[in-house]
Amino acid sequence: MARAVTTQHKTIATAAAWIVALLIFFPILYTIITSFKSEQEAIQGFALIPSGTTESYSEVQAQSGYFKFFLNSVILSVGSTVLALLIAVPAAWSMAFSPTKRTKDILMWMLSTKMMPAVAVLFPIYLIFRDTGLLDSRIGLTVMLMLINLPIVVWMLYTYFREIPGEILEAARMDGASLWNEIIYVLTPMAVPGIASTMLLNIILAWNEAFWTIRLTTTDAAPLTAFISSFSSPQGLFWAKLSAASTLAIAPILIMGWFSQKQLVRGLTFGAVK
Amino acid sequence: MKLRTLTLGLLSASALALAAHAESITIATVNNGDMVRMQKLTDDFTKANPDIQLNWVTLEENVLRERVTTDIATKGGQYDVMTIGTYEVPIWAKQSWLLPLDKLGDDYDVKDIIPAIAGGLSVDGKLYAAPFYGESSFVMYRKDLMEKAGLKMPDAPTWDFIKQAADKMTDRANGVNGVCLRGKAGWGENMAFLTAMSNSFGARWFDENWKPQFDQPEWKNTLQFYVDLMKADGPEGASSNGFNENLALFQQGKCGMWIDATVAASFVSDPKASKVADKVGYALAPDTGLGKRGNWLWAWSLAVPAGTKKADAAEKFVSWATSKHYAELVASKEGWANVPPGTRTSLYNNPEYQKAAPFAKMTLDSINAADPTHPTVKPVPYVGVQFVAIPEFQGLGTTVGQLFSAALAGQSSVDDALKQAQDAATAAMTEGGYIK
Repeated sequence: MARAVTTQHKTIATAAAWIVALLIFFPILYTIITSFKSEQEAIQGFALIPSGTTESYSEVQAQSGYFKFFLNSVILSVGSTVLALLIAVPAAWSMAFSPTKRTKDILMWMLSTKMMPAVAVLFPIYLIFRDTGLLDSRIGLTVMLMLINLPIVVWMLYTYFREIPGEILEAARMDGASLWNEIIYVLTPMAVPGIASTMLLNIILAWNEAFWTIRLTTTDAAPLTAFISSFSSPQGLFWAKLSAASTLAIAPILIMGWFSQKQLVRGLTFGAVK
Repeated sequence: MKLRTLTLGLLSASALALAAHAESITIATVNNGDMVRMQKLTDDFTKANPDIQLNWVTLEENVLRERVTTDIATKGGQYDVMTIGTYEVPIWAKQSWLLPLDKLGDDYDVKDIIPAIAGGLSVDGKLYAAPFYGESSFVMYRKDLMEKAGLKMPDAPTWDFIKQAADKMTDRANGVNGVCLRGKAGWGENMAFLTAMSNSFGARWFDENWKPQFDQPEWKNTLQFYVDLMKADGPEGASSNGFNENLALFQQGKCGMWIDATVAASFVSDPKASKVADKVGYALAPDTGLGKRGNWLWAWSLAVPAGTKKADAAEKFVSWATSKHYAELVASKEGWANVPPGTRTSLYNNPEYQKAAPFAKMTLDSINAADPTHPTVKPVPYVGVQFVAIPEFQGLGTTVGQLFSAALAGQSSVDDALKQAQDAATAAMTEGGYIK
């Protein structure tokens, strides 16, 4: 009897998980479906079966070259992630293994910067970018994306590092390892799943960032977010083209997420069960 | 081998030198059909001006507005040419954010620009933006349904006639709504339509002393008429319909009449997209006999921001894109029907254009019937037909638009919506220092 209940529970849980997953994925699925409709079909109302036309894709490609935007997205998301890790690994190490009285406060303060609406600092940031010649530059935007994601990266790494027993690092020190050796040869290999998932999550966040990437770029550094936003039209039908542009923009990150889902899930649930 | 290497090296060096010499200008624009077409035709410009390279930034209308405002207010210099409308030009020109266009060239023929449009883009007699395409609004109607209803649309209908025709054309069983009008909240959406409509009912946003006028009977008449008309003869969910939604409804044959931008005529009469392409008639926007019609005036225009370092090249481009030559170029490549409308008188005198665009005369008459400097029956302290050209209007217009959209959806009464609009406008005007 108990066994039957367990199986039943399992079935219900699985079904519930599928329903939730489908609900979460549905907007993306519908975007993909709409991209294969004609503009007339797209605005007519809800329909799950498209006519299968690919005219939106050809129009989108003809109107603006996808590859340039794609390349910028790759450079910005990978660049900002690498930069963030270079700063966050030592920062998280010091907070995890040599905490002071104020460590918690610093962590909270870092997180609190994420609570501020971005638009509140648009003008100061814009002026700094203007005066330093960083408007529409990949370097400027890489730094910007690194800065806005840094609190999350530090927090995630701090949580992973706290799971690593300090005694192992002490043992390394006893064996004469220098600080850098300790971080590079002892800590980092043990924290690889955590660092990998932090990296993946940060790439996704940077890839999807649409406020700063649209406002601080014009042509040279514009990534896929700018590519998408160029297809909305005040006069004229555009849902199918916009969906095609969105599908093209999310495809790479969706594929990357699919292949690295094991690492992502492992990293995100790391330390969740004790 | 050595000679070949040397030649290649020299060639690359000269190519690099040429590229370094070429000046590149950045043009910010919206994703409208005419703008997209222009981007495809720029070879003509770059061939004649090999030293100027063009970079395009296409953005969603609201994002574009926000981005160019940020850039121009901080003198960021990101853009050399901006696509802006008749709302921004008078405000920005007064702030000295735009350069006057006085080097458009000898053969540009500024006087050929339709006077109503030129008036909306000039401050103190100086042109601050060149119109790329202009539009007013008018009635598009189904000739077959009008005939079936036993009525004949006059060239200049009244609102009462529109109501009568809408009542007769409505056939909900067959999915036909007598009239489709904008209901989606926004200063450029339902408020563009309602502000223009209110002009024909004798209403105005503010009196001569900037006192809001939503507590006056003219506004009550406007809004009550609109809500009653839409409830009886409008489509379901009209409060979320904007230009694009109504366009789709009309093209599918679900509207007897649609009062909206003249630029829509080319969409509804396109047999590839519209099921009713051969059945559309056009008439002037309605009135109530008070001397003003419910049509607006808008022109997407190209302007050169004061922060640019490449003013000459930018103005050269503006001149090319808004010239008679450009109209001829579009006509030769894509036919006269695709020439950007509403900017030059010469286009409307062109017999080939008249033939290709059956809505040409009505478009010109509609544009000429709008006067942005005297938009209302009673005097007002502002410029603008379907907007009030003050910086506060974007925010206030959208707030009032939300209130009126809620009244249309039945979430509030007409009286409540007007009262709240009056309060919101009074607060905004007091905060802005217009009234004390």
